[in-house]
Amino acid sequence: MKTKSVMIVGVGGQGSLLASKLLGRLLTDEGYDVKVSEVHGMSQRGGSVVTYVRYGDKVYSPIVTEGEADVIISFEKLEAARYARYLKQGGKIVVNTQQIDPMPVIIGAAEYPDGVLTELTDKGVSVQALDALSLANEAGSPKTVNIVLMGCASKEFDIPYDRWIKAIENTVAPKFVEMNKKAFDLGYHA
Amino acid sequence: MKKLMIGNQAVAAGLHDGGLGVVSSYPGTPSTEITEFLSKYDDIHSEWAPNEKVAAEVAFGASLAGARSACAMKHVGLNVAADPLFTLSYTGVNGGMVICVADDPAMHSSQNEQDSRHYAVAAKVPMLEPADSAEAYSFARSAFALSEQFDTPVLLRMCTRIAHSQSIVETWDAEPAVRKEYVKNPAKYIMMPGNAIKRHPVVEARTEALRDFAENCEYNTVEMNSDEIGIITSGCSYLYVKEVFGESASILKIGMPYPLPVKIIREFAAKVKKLYVIEELDPIIETHVRSLGIDVIGKEMFSPLGEFSQQTIAAAFGMEAKPSVSAESPIPPRPPMMCSGCPHRGMFYVLSKNKITVLGDIGCYTLGAVAPLNALDSTLCMGASVSGLHGFNAAGGSDTEKRSVAVIGDSTFMHSGMTGLVNVAYNATNSTVIILDNSITGMTGHQQNPTTGYNIKGDPAAKVDLEALCRALGINRVRVVDPYDLAACETAVKEELAVAEPSVIISRRPCVLLKNVKLNPPLSVDADKCRSCKRCMKLGCPSISLKDGKAKIDNTLCVGCGVCKQLCAFDAIG
Repeated sequence: MKTKSVMIVGVGGQGSLLASKLLGRLLTDEGYDVKVSEVHGMSQRGGSVVTYVRYGDKVYSPIVTEGEADVIISFEKLEAARYARYLKQGGKIVVNTQQIDPMPVIIGAAEYPDGVLTELTDKGVSVQALDALSLANEAGSPKTVNIVLMGCASKEFDIPYDRWIKAIENTVAPKFVEMNKKAFDLGYHA
Repeated sequence: MKKLMIGNQAVAAGLHDGGLGVVSSYPGTPSTEITEFLSKYDDIHSEWAPNEKVAAEVAFGASLAGARSACAMKHVGLNVAADPLFTLSYTGVNGGMVICVADDPAMHSSQNEQDSRHYAVAAKVPMLEPADSAEAYSFARSAFALSEQFDTPVLLRMCTRIAHSQSIVETWDAEPAVRKEYVKNPAKYIMMPGNAIKRHPVVEARTEALRDFAENCEYNTVEMNSDEIGIITSGCSYLYVKEVFGESASILKIGMPYPLPVKIIREFAAKVKKLYVIEELDPIIETHVRSLGIDVIGKEMFSPLGEFSQQTIAAAFGMEAKPSVSAESPIPPRPPMMCSGCPHRGMFYVLSKNKITVLGDIGCYTLGAVAPLNALDSTLCMGASVSGLHGFNAAGGSDTEKRSVAVIGDSTFMHSGMTGLVNVAYNATNSTVIILDNSITGMTGHQQNPTTGYNIKGDPAAKVDLEALCRALGINRVRVVDPYDLAACETAVKEELAVAEPSVIISRRPCVLLKNVKLNPPLSVDADKCRSCKRCMKLGCPSISLKDGKAKIDNTLCVGCGVCKQLCAFDAIG
């Protein structure tokens, strides 16, 4: 299989590392060659963060470049727009509609571009937007935003529902499994 | 067993399975996880040292005692450990010794993007460079045998993309850690001139022997695919080259960047019409190839700046860019910033408000430099705030002494701030040093240090008393303030700047991200009372934004530190 590329983008502290851990482990169990590139250190402190996941028969580069991503999973609206140029033609963006103002917006040095997702759909980009934070709260904790988004994005992968659930059971601490399974299901049906 | 691992975890597994006995390190992105993963093994001694020089010397001592040893550090950490490194090259080892060093091209979390391969060349120490986690495991593991065979420490070079990328690793049975006998050998281990002068020719002979080894070792491999294009490459650049060229170019992959082979390169060059060297940062391989009189294309086509990717390589070869779509609206940047409730913020607000010159240091608090606080004037390297301030005041006298301070974190103070403070006392400037004590090594992801009272495994340990230490170093005025109390911070700063003697202010409150820190309920703004004066916005707190002209606090981010409440003149925050 030709290498497929996924990007998980968001704001430092939103829990994108758990999402990539889940996806990486699942794809490995499915028998693919997998590479996951993470961000640690300073850029995690509330900055824009990006994780790359690539899988296929043989994966070389751990990173995704412009026009290459099959799927972009974004934890925040602005971040979806920031990385949209990495999407390949015919690719899909799954985005949480949550808005987190970056510091230049907070201090009034820049404006948050409100209609940015519409701009992308107007250009023919396939965008699925969902209020993952509300669904996460419904599942039991705002911290399950990552799993809600994975639930929604799971349909972009050729992996059945049950195997995702099994991966959650293997990745998440036992006492949080039920809550995360619910979060996944809410995202899946969003 | 097959498992997905980040490169650093694979290095840890390789070192452990290769029979490691002792590891000592100082945290530094992107090297930290090597030692964190090693600390999970109970059959080795692991520790956080106060700095990289100490760590390398601990590894030396362990090797001397006959154990296989290691230390891990970021690229700039090797500058600190360079002193032992250069003479370790002369002494060689007893038990095998591996020095892991992680470069950070593109400076994801660093103050420069120096290329550690220069150290291998300069110290005449062999260096290995893996390209993925599987190689990180096998190279780290086999580095011990290489170290013992050639009686030399071995450098293992990582870079951010290898250190922090997960790929599949297959591990095999661990070798038991065996301690060799220690035999007193002054001629080998006491590096005074009479002995060292006899070790230098040993180093030169070893390098020659290693050059021969480089011609036939498992680390350097050739993939002949084409006689048109030949590419010499290493580390993550190899991955990008394979991504772009697959089987359509011939590749000489260098897994041992020092010493470099000669025969393999000559033979490879002779078989291809056009030869390229693709390497991130400095032209180390390229310079070697040119020194052999071989015509090669290198840095004229591939930048010495930042990281590469499959895209940069494809573009350099004139391949068409992949089509992509962007939004039209300008996308504001999202720089990193201090967290909501960060204990550093209050002190930085006071320094910024009073227009004080601040010599900064390395840690989360470097983020005091960003808008709207804009509180820092300099950041150079670990410890440079304190010694730099002394020099600033030695030049400026009472003119600068009354309006400048140094800020340094607890871990960085342990690393190399103490010696600067001794100098302040000993050589007498009326400098004011602020230790931002958040009770943890923050930026690298919460490692214990000698001031926290816990060791790497989280067990109770001796705790440095910072107040007593500063007094012992010769500072008579030492006081502690709570950075959540803006008035107390302002009083302390003004008083200590005014007095005609050196002083230390310890700004003490644990990092808000620590699990045992109790958070307060989030605050909110009474919109009727808010007069839109924007004073609270001057803190640069990510929880506070302006909505419809009024301040608004995000209750999912706010941890109720109360600093903004102290700024509000209209009692609108509560």
